[in-house]
Amino acid sequence: MDSGWGQGWGWWLDLSPSEWDAVRLSVRVSIWATLASLPLGILVAWVLARKEFWGKAVLNGVVHLPLILPPVVTGYLLLLTFGRRGPVGSFLHEHFGIVFSFRWTGAALACAVMAFPLMVRAIRLSIETVDRKLEAAAGTLGANPAWVFATVTLPLILPGIIAGMILAFAKAMGEFGATITFVSNIPGETQTLPSAIYTFTQVPGGNAGAMRLTLISIVIAMAALIASEALARRVAARLDVK
Amino acid sequence: MTVAVDIAHRLGAFDLEARFESDGRLVALFGHSGSGKTSLVNLIGGLARPETGRIAVDGRVLVDVEAGVFVPAHKRRIGYVFQDARLFPHMSVAQNLRYGRFFAPAADRYADFDAVVSLLGIEPLLDRRPGRLSGGEKQRVAIGRALLASPRLILMDEPLASLDEARKAEILPYIETLRDEAGIPIVYVSHSIAEVARLATDVVALSGGRVAACGPAAQVLPRLDLSATGERDGESALIELAMATPDDGYGLSLLRSAAGGEWRLPRVDAPAGARLRVRIRARDVMLATQRPQGVSALNVLRVRIGAIAEGDGPQALVRLDHGGDALVARVTRRSVATLGLTPGREVFAIVKTVTFDPATSAPAPVPAES
Repeated sequence: MDSGWGQGWGWWLDLSPSEWDAVRLSVRVSIWATLASLPLGILVAWVLARKEFWGKAVLNGVVHLPLILPPVVTGYLLLLTFGRRGPVGSFLHEHFGIVFSFRWTGAALACAVMAFPLMVRAIRLSIETVDRKLEAAAGTLGANPAWVFATVTLPLILPGIIAGMILAFAKAMGEFGATITFVSNIPGETQTLPSAIYTFTQVPGGNAGAMRLTLISIVIAMAALIASEALARRVAARLDVK
Repeated sequence: MTVAVDIAHRLGAFDLEARFESDGRLVALFGHSGSGKTSLVNLIGGLARPETGRIAVDGRVLVDVEAGVFVPAHKRRIGYVFQDARLFPHMSVAQNLRYGRFFAPAADRYADFDAVVSLLGIEPLLDRRPGRLSGGEKQRVAIGRALLASPRLILMDEPLASLDEARKAEILPYIETLRDEAGIPIVYVSHSIAEVARLATDVVALSGGRVAACGPAAQVLPRLDLSATGERDGESALIELAMATPDDGYGLSLLRSAAGGEWRLPRVDAPAGARLRVRIRARDVMLATQRPQGVSALNVLRVRIGAIAEGDGPQALVRLDHGGDALVARVTRRSVATLGLTPGREVFAIVKTVTFDPATSAPAPVPAES
């Protein structure tokens, strides 16, 4: 096996420019996917946790669908809707000049959709644990519902939001099926880490490259996990939950 | 400031139907668990909506179901001190205190931070987190937080119920100060006759979701028939006394009622002339048809019998009038029969000095300036 194990620990830093592109693209796609879907994620989580309405089961089902469907199916549905000829895709292209198909933005969209159920679930659970009596108390002090949400609910669910973001980021970093179906595997544009690893495994002598990117994936995942733990601990200390 | 309530509300199998009007400075909503006290303050505070009826505070209509009026809680400017304090765990004590400050229109903002903080003695707590406060400290901060939102009315829902006796004793004086000095009317929910007797200027007694009695505390408390409620201390009278001699050399204080009655109580820490409110429990009052001779009890008063309420049990509740001061005595039905106690008859009420609980002797509410 041409793995290069004998060359010491420095070898895996020696990434080719296209490999670096894949790493950078993956991180960018995942960050965008996480941040852009966060407001909607909080809104949907709040609606699911707090509101009773006709069709709630349907909304819940739609949100969780990407978790259950084969990723390829989700990717294909995205292609049908957000592709240049899809109803939403053509509208966005004509009116706002936004194109998703075969662009890194499309990869971010695919990752966001795939990660959405995980994010919503984590935030929803934390909203359900918020003591609503505290919100009522804020109301009696004169805060209107929007202020109550911003000053009481939001700070109290911060640990859940962080957990949801980390889950979404991790899911986005690993997203493969929906991404490759929706935006293909174009080096420098839509070739994320998993796509690049997949490509390496499909060519002779690609083992070393695949291993390098695998290690990078592990490092990024570990770093994100450790950062989230540290962040969660700081938030918990601030809340003084003992 | 008048609180006017006339509502009907159904909560599951429980039916609340209350109508009262009060302009007291501390109106106690009194009743045992399940009498509808908390439901009623939640309706006043805007945390719940009545099915029918009307609630107005100081002439401002907050709820009028028939007219389609419902002012949401955050627009009522009614402070609420909850039994469980409900301090925001993610804010420091100072941040909690300042929370409601800016929601009140600047022109209506009367509460001064430093004054409230020193009134409640919470300076040393300002930088702490609510999670590190004792129960009594939490309640003081909660009272301060409600006060600093400059409310027109403060609701207190059993603020002392979760505290032990020492903590209660720590907070009661602050509530008295609030009642007498802050000038904001308070609606105070309690199931403890001792708290009500000590704090209330007015009482609304609730029983099974209905208003059983309503009026000034000194008039309502002796009229309450609490025999069915299992209240440990039972019925009691409230009388206002003026300090004559703070210490008679035996560790007793001599006080006088407006009717001229002399009362000897265990020493009360108050200067001569101070007005005190004293609670006299019905079960501590003995009746005699002649002035007793050679008894150890120090308080013997000539009283006139009002109504006599005899229940199914062996006891009877005798209402007494002492020159305008209402007293109650709990005696046996047997004594009522053998002594020939009848309404209108003059008898002697005997109250042992040692039965007075010093904790229930408190400064009388300062008369409202009008």
